[in-house]
Amino acid sequence: MRYVLIGNSIACVGAVEGIRANDKEGRITIVGKEKYPVYSRPLISYYLQGKVKERNLFYKTEAFYKDNGCEAMLGTEALSIDASRKTVKLSDGSVVPYDKLLVATGSSPFVPPMNGLEKVAIKHTFYTLDDARALQESVNQNSKVLIIGCGLIGLKCAECLKDLVNKITMVDFAEKILPACLDGKASGMVKLNLEENGIEVLLGTSVKEFEANSATLTNGKEVDFDAVVLAVGVRPNVSLVKDAGGAVGRGIVVDERMRTSLADVYAAGDCVENTDCVFGGCRVLALFPSAFTGGRVAGINMSGGNAANGMDFAVNSTKLFGQSIMTAGCMSGEQLETESTGYKALFVQDNKLKGYIIIDDIERAGIYTALIRNGTDLSTVDFEMLQRKPGLLAFDKEVRQSILGGEV
Amino acid sequence: MKRVYVKEEWCLGCHLCEYNCAFANSNERDMVSALKGKPWVSAVQIEESADVCFAVACRHCKEPLCVTACITGALTKAEDGSVRIDRDKCVGCHSCIMMCPYGAVVMDGNHVANKCQLCLTNKFGQPKCVEGCPNGAIVYEER
Repeated sequence: MRYVLIGNSIACVGAVEGIRANDKEGRITIVGKEKYPVYSRPLISYYLQGKVKERNLFYKTEAFYKDNGCEAMLGTEALSIDASRKTVKLSDGSVVPYDKLLVATGSSPFVPPMNGLEKVAIKHTFYTLDDARALQESVNQNSKVLIIGCGLIGLKCAECLKDLVNKITMVDFAEKILPACLDGKASGMVKLNLEENGIEVLLGTSVKEFEANSATLTNGKEVDFDAVVLAVGVRPNVSLVKDAGGAVGRGIVVDERMRTSLADVYAAGDCVENTDCVFGGCRVLALFPSAFTGGRVAGINMSGGNAANGMDFAVNSTKLFGQSIMTAGCMSGEQLETESTGYKALFVQDNKLKGYIIIDDIERAGIYTALIRNGTDLSTVDFEMLQRKPGLLAFDKEVRQSILGGEV
Repeated sequence: MKRVYVKEEWCLGCHLCEYNCAFANSNERDMVSALKGKPWVSAVQIEESADVCFAVACRHCKEPLCVTACITGALTKAEDGSVRIDRDKCVGCHSCIMMCPYGAVVMDGNHVANKCQLCLTNKFGQPKCVEGCPNGAIVYEER
């Protein structure tokens, strides 16, 4: 059996583990566009801050590829898939045959057309390790930086630049920070924390026109800068599958087994659209755990096993300037704000927990996440107790016994 | 694999397991120098109400969700089935806390994740909480 994995990030690692759970012999070829062994993209901001040493950027040990019998073709890009001949054409001119193919091409920063952007000399995206290094080299203690986008990428970029530059201004078209995840109150708390850390945050406005070192915003304000970071969002890399005739929506369309519409071609990670079991529809989740799990499910199925990826939904957790931000599920149904040392809002619909937003008071929050994942009927638990403080005391003794007295 | 199992009907709520855990993972010579006058954290936590009390620690799940969500690779499932943490790699993003269905991952004073490793990585080699439990309310065995 010959496996080819396009993409060398977290979904790829999941797939290698999934394949090797069933098949110790098959040949695995990994095609990675970047020259580095698998590293964790969310760590690039910690790396610039000096909180993560270079060696700790890498998600797996150096021996990972060898131990798993993988041929890693790093610094090589897959150019096209021929689904009828079952081959992949690579940037080094070679054509690689496959029996089972995984497309784990991730996503790319999306830069919308903006007036005058071509006049800006120093502009960066903040997505790869090379992006982070280039940004670091182009700024100094006197720099003013304008960050377009108050999503996670923009926020983490602001955090790591804080001690490296003189001034940071963030601009977002949305009225809230992380609008898909936070309500007004949580967004306000995050904004206040950013401002207390010297970051200027301008919401509900966008750039009308760039000049070489300044931007005029739609609200009339002028922002001077030495460098611009474009962190508006990311788009799934779907073209390989699309050009090969595979079904593509906003992301690559996959079934529960992570199969694309092309025979023997699977996909996982940020490039796919998943069925969100809480949201109830298909969407691009582009999240770390979804990538790992999706990749693993694909790998198991590619190697003759049987696994389904049916329990995916949005989860986010980060720490920003000392403030913990954690969200899961959807903001649908009734919003219950509970007493908290920070901020805690739970969303309940049809007597089930559908989502939560927590600032700082995150202790044991995974118990809430499990209620969402399991679709637990809240009448079977002491939900009042759980609202105050998540714990296993709120569950029936039998449930608790199965957790603490058995294998889970 | 051998895990720590809880018999809640025998738990006295004495919290000795917490003290023993903090001591065992402190690298100090005795419990007093490990705990007295210092902030400490235990990877096992007692939950208690008027009627019932019991200890909660990592279940070393067959398919640990914390591992799938760890952005640094600090959390791994070892060959022996135990879920291990490399605290030098942890950046304190709390993804593991978000994912653990049992609330068994805690934060230490540096905001780095902390969890039960069954004392397999310290000098004791087997769970100190179990050894110190005066009433056999937690056991370390195959089930």
